[in-house]
Amino acid sequence: MNTKTETESNQLQSAASDEVAISMSKVNKWFGNFHVLKDIDLSIYKGERIVICGPSGSGKSTLIRCINRLEEHQDGDISVNGVTLDSNLKNIHAIRSDVGMVFQSFNLFPHLTVLENCTLAPVWVRNMTKTEAQEIAMEYLTRVKIPEQAEKYPGQLSGGQQQRVAIARSLCMNPQIMLFDEPTSALDPEMISEVLDVMIELAETGMTMLVVSHEMGFARRVADRVIFMDYGEIVEQNTPEEFFANPKSDRTKLFLSQILSH
Amino acid sequence: MTEITEQNEVSEKFVPKPSLPPPPNTTGAIGWLRYNLFDGFLSSCLTVLSLIAIGFMCVNFYEWAFAKAVLEAANRQECRITPTEFGTCWAGVKFWFTRFIYGRYTDTEIWRVNSAAIILILWMIPVWLPRVTAKLNIALSGVLIFPFLAGYMFLGGDRNWFMEIMVSVALGCFLTAIIHSLLCLFTGAGISKWIIQLTGFSNRSERLHKFPVIVFAVIIFLLSLFLISDVTFKEMPNNLWGGLFLTLVISGIGIASALPAGILLALGRRSKMTVIRVLCVAFIELFRSVPLITILFMATTMFPLFLPEGFHINKLASAIVAVCLFAAAYMAEVVRGGLQAIPKGQYEAAEAVGLTYWQSMGFIVMPQALKYMIPNIVSNFMGLFKDTTLVSIIGLYDLLGMINAVSQDPSWIGLHHEPLFTAAVIFFIGCFAMSKYSQYLERNLGAGNGR
Repeated sequence: MNTKTETESNQLQSAASDEVAISMSKVNKWFGNFHVLKDIDLSIYKGERIVICGPSGSGKSTLIRCINRLEEHQDGDISVNGVTLDSNLKNIHAIRSDVGMVFQSFNLFPHLTVLENCTLAPVWVRNMTKTEAQEIAMEYLTRVKIPEQAEKYPGQLSGGQQQRVAIARSLCMNPQIMLFDEPTSALDPEMISEVLDVMIELAETGMTMLVVSHEMGFARRVADRVIFMDYGEIVEQNTPEEFFANPKSDRTKLFLSQILSH
Repeated sequence: MTEITEQNEVSEKFVPKPSLPPPPNTTGAIGWLRYNLFDGFLSSCLTVLSLIAIGFMCVNFYEWAFAKAVLEAANRQECRITPTEFGTCWAGVKFWFTRFIYGRYTDTEIWRVNSAAIILILWMIPVWLPRVTAKLNIALSGVLIFPFLAGYMFLGGDRNWFMEIMVSVALGCFLTAIIHSLLCLFTGAGISKWIIQLTGFSNRSERLHKFPVIVFAVIIFLLSLFLISDVTFKEMPNNLWGGLFLTLVISGIGIASALPAGILLALGRRSKMTVIRVLCVAFIELFRSVPLITILFMATTMFPLFLPEGFHINKLASAIVAVCLFAAAYMAEVVRGGLQAIPKGQYEAAEAVGLTYWQSMGFIVMPQALKYMIPNIVSNFMGLFKDTTLVSIIGLYDLLGMINAVSQDPSWIGLHHEPLFTAAVIFFIGCFAMSKYSQYLERNLGAGNGR
């Protein structure tokens, strides 16, 4: 699959509009004394698909986790769909229910069935009735191609299937933005493609997506913009063609040479 | 890619070797005996010695419990088997047994205690029946509302408006739970489905479905209010309560309140709000560092000194409060341990889908954490059940208190061993049942998520 996407390189049509979905200005964050995010300025447009890469510890996960306030930024402004993120719990909940998130370690709820995983939040956060929520959940489970697993528990599924359930769970909230935090890093190689396929299909629907990933084939095929981070800074951002063909900074060149060397 | 397939075509077919039987005398009964009991000289000696010791004890126990048993006697003196030697006076246990169970509760009113117990059992049985739905509601209503009904049945006397309402609510919940369970058992559909169907709401929007159910609840409440309006029981002040009954009342209330209180304290201790955290830590550390008996003395003898004159607190009530506080502090630490076993990702996933703090605790974190906590929770419950015997020291006649009282009765003076043995058997049955049930729970709740 990897080789296939790389060789085909049939870039998706960009769906980005000029309406800003997420804007970050001068965002700073520290973990204790460690300065994780340094003056991040970033605007993401509706429908834009962004892949963030960089060495571990460069702050890419922290960056996207600040968007739904799983991490609190200490300085600067973040606004999502026009709502400013501050300590106002109401705003945080509003943003969280509009921003889906997929984790590296799936984080499905192991004591609930796949279907219950998908219906819990719509019922309690969106105030849907159970039947409505179940219909929607089945629709999304069909879209991620595992409707037949609805009654199983997450522990009975393979990693790839679990990650697809996690994607369906987020989609059930009908989010406007999806965040992916290394969605394929914890998967066996043969399961990566089934998750990437689902993500590509999602990209085709025009969803605003921020993906922290080292799947360069995926970046080439799907991304409108690739962002390279190191030491808590955005070192370089560009269209995938430019980014892979003519990286400007020597740090990017080194990173790319290491990641693409085999 | 092509190279690999070519290699596969020329490679040999793999045939696994057949499995052979294990060496002789390593499996089966003989293998087990050899491995566990006679594995070498030292092991064999120890086995033989232990068998002799066990046999000796069994013979002595048989002699005490059966050979010297005296089953019929009117007082301790008649339990002599020779002019100088007393036999094992089971007659005394038989004579006092009702008192061991109910304390000094009037004989003619004992049926009230029994019926409350039966009501509780009937209320809780549906929780174990697989066909019944809404188990959580049944269990919660039982734990939260049954105490009011039971409290009145035990205590009797006049009801004020609050007790009037609570007793009717309890009776209503009980009736509803029973009707609901029967409907589930015989028709497969619960009471709310039936109400919705019978009132013709089934083809209306799902959001309206709660209204006929609410109307039904009000009707049931009014009906219960009517049912109990003429019933009053004779007052049985709680200094007459005693025996196993009192032990179960104290430990039952302690157990039922310990878990919710423990959960709140544990959450408070992990809270980011400093004041709440400090208060919870202070409470937990204070009550964990003081022996239960000290707390009981504080509650029953010291605390009344701080109260204004003429203000009287019931001894049983203060003992129950003391036991509850003590149990809550211990339970809080058990719950905190369970909470720490839940990976951070679960909290994050719950937050990321937009659940509030209480929703994510209630739906995601607690159900998983409670499963890990079952062994510890049940150990705590067993400890609490046994610790309630300490109330006999502050002068309440629980099971142990009753047994001490018997040995001081003029005609049964000196009757210690047999009643104590009986109490040991009763406590063992209670604790062993709890332990077995916890194992069953662990197995059942573990089903379906081999993570």
